[in-house]
Amino acid sequence: MTKLLQTLVDSIAVGSLYGLIALGYTMVYGILQFINFAHSDVFMVGAWLSFLVAVRIGGQTATVEPSVAKALLVLLTAMVCCGALGFTIERLAYRPLRQAPRLNVLITAIGVSLFIENLGQLKWLFGAMPQPMPRLLPDRPLFALAGVNVNLLDVIVVGTAAVLMLLLNWIVFGTKLGRGMRAVSYSPPTAALMGVPVSRIISFTFVIGSCAAAAAGFLYATKYITLQQPAHETWIRLGLKAFVAAVVGGIGNIRGAMLGGLLIGLIEFFGAAYLSPNLRDVYVFAVLILVLLFRPAGILGRATVEKV
Amino acid sequence: MTSANARWVAPRPAAAGTTWLYSLLPLLAAIALAAALHFGLQPAIGPFRTNVLMNIGINVILAVSLNIVNGFTGQFSIGHAGFMAVGGYTAAAITYYTSFRVWGDALMHGGVLSGVPANGWLTAGDALFVGSCLAGGLLAAVAGYLVGLPSLRLRGDYLAIVTLGFGEIVRVLLQQSDSDIPYLAADVQRMSVWQMARHLGGALGFSGVPFYTTPFWVWLFAAVTLLVAFRVKRSSYGRAFLSIREDETAAEAMGVALTRFKVRAFVLAAFFAGIAGGLFAHEIGTALNPRELGFMKSFDIVIMVVLGGMGSISGAALAAAILTILPEVLRSPPHVWPLGLVAIVFVLMVRRKAGRRAALTLAAVTVALEAVRAAALWQGVNLADYRMVLYALSLVVMMIVRPKGLFGVREIWDYRPLGRRRAATVAVG
Repeated sequence: MTKLLQTLVDSIAVGSLYGLIALGYTMVYGILQFINFAHSDVFMVGAWLSFLVAVRIGGQTATVEPSVAKALLVLLTAMVCCGALGFTIERLAYRPLRQAPRLNVLITAIGVSLFIENLGQLKWLFGAMPQPMPRLLPDRPLFALAGVNVNLLDVIVVGTAAVLMLLLNWIVFGTKLGRGMRAVSYSPPTAALMGVPVSRIISFTFVIGSCAAAAAGFLYATKYITLQQPAHETWIRLGLKAFVAAVVGGIGNIRGAMLGGLLIGLIEFFGAAYLSPNLRDVYVFAVLILVLLFRPAGILGRATVEKV
Repeated sequence: MTSANARWVAPRPAAAGTTWLYSLLPLLAAIALAAALHFGLQPAIGPFRTNVLMNIGINVILAVSLNIVNGFTGQFSIGHAGFMAVGGYTAAAITYYTSFRVWGDALMHGGVLSGVPANGWLTAGDALFVGSCLAGGLLAAVAGYLVGLPSLRLRGDYLAIVTLGFGEIVRVLLQQSDSDIPYLAADVQRMSVWQMARHLGGALGFSGVPFYTTPFWVWLFAAVTLLVAFRVKRSSYGRAFLSIREDETAAEAMGVALTRFKVRAFVLAAFFAGIAGGLFAHEIGTALNPRELGFMKSFDIVIMVVLGGMGSISGAALAAAILTILPEVLRSPPHVWPLGLVAIVFVLMVRRKAGRRAALTLAAVTVALEAVRAAALWQGVNLADYRMVLYALSLVVMMIVRPKGLFGVREIWDYRPLGRRRAATVAVG
């Protein structure tokens, strides 16, 4: 019972982060119909920037005093920088290819992804060996539920992720910009005829998706401070799992991304806890393949028929 | 299809009884090439460059085989390293454990062609090595079938993700294999086949595999891969692949069974990737471990195919060769201006007026490269560190400027520097 609850807490915390990243994938897919491979790199850059800024303003790992103001500063810096990064990527790499075949855009996305991760590993940028993350957010057992400690940090992570998701949900479904996004995803030419500034909407989508990914990067780095991976591959793999979440939930569907994120978190952590901890990636990708086989549109997605 | 490909459709008039000779000729040429590289080039270049030579061959196999899926058929697989891993581990396990069963050790039992002249020409060891490579290829092909059959109904980007997922699953499963590889004959004798298949070295990698791979074997397999790729491209299969790539709906309307042909492309590519894995596993100086065969390796191969040209066999092979040599060259970059000068003079000589613009471009490129070299030397920067950044950037730029890759669907010899450009070997695109 304890194990079950503990796994549940962990999986919800990580699952909500997957959901946050998946939102970026799903929004871009909804509008441009292509997988933004570089999104997991934006997530990674978000985490790297958090390391960098946190060490700069927070000092060494051992001596740092938890401080909400500093954490907020780090979070905002990461979000703003990654927002700018997302904007730049779209502007320089994807916009020239707006009319190109989808395969070309996919290859470009992979190119951008490789570019960012290899550039970031150079010595004068983030280097191949980032420092461990200083613990900027307070962490203590908050309350015990049936013998399971629910930590403050978990609550903060889930809370921040939930707030950001609600914010995104409101942007998409409650604002004029969001209406523009939905219009473009329905049909870009029609939206353009109706006076929607398509290019600006697309840029905006990239910016908010990247901000969400940066926030997820910060939260993940704060939750797992020892995950000081020099290897970018770990971060990329996390981003890929978030993509799986988007597909499982139904790509192009905002609420599907949130649902998929939680679902992937649950599958990964319960598989790790009850089957074999070493095969967590296998469960996630196996679920992906199964979903694509039996319900390619995802849980909340609509099946589309290709017309000639 | 226009009439430009008539050259390839017309059957070659051959005297009855000698046709088999024609189909055998390229194979003999392949053996001759492999032997020439092995006996002619290898002694002249020393062990380090021999390794580079073998790596080029392995990468040529990988790039040319992936080209069948990504280039010809227009599908997008980014899990090629997964097939390579399946083939490599299968071949390694077969060689290693069979060696123990037969000879009581896992030492070299090859002949001249495997680099042990004392053992004579062709030995049982050679046969074991070639057999295990082929077995690795076959198992990889089975994996290709299993992955391909269900997932090829999916559209481009979904397929990409599934192949990526497959590669990752293979990697993680190999990582979980038992890291305890027996090195005593008595231990191996006691193991069942199932236990052997479980003991693959885990995260540490499969060590102790005898080094059978030599330039001869690598380039023999590479030549066969090239040969098969060319034959396929010019056959009805190849035309079906290309038609799928150009327009799935139209291809289906013309009677091409989409899923069946996609799966065939997949299986063929996986087979050769498996063989490349087998060669890689038996090569000296390479580590057969799951980390080396992750999605980064897949991306490496994708870069070769995309830069060389989606559908161009010679382009993919050339890109594989260049991208394999480049890191070695970048470590201590040589001057480029002599080469640039020769190229400029050549262009000006053969193209006269029209060559002026090309010559200017070449001059600019040469100057830029020289500037980069000087800056790198001045700052003490190792350009090899920037290799991946460079590749990634060129991938993006290529997609924006020249989306079909350097050679597109054409082959290198379709370009005539002296005259007008000839139509593509296969007139698509």
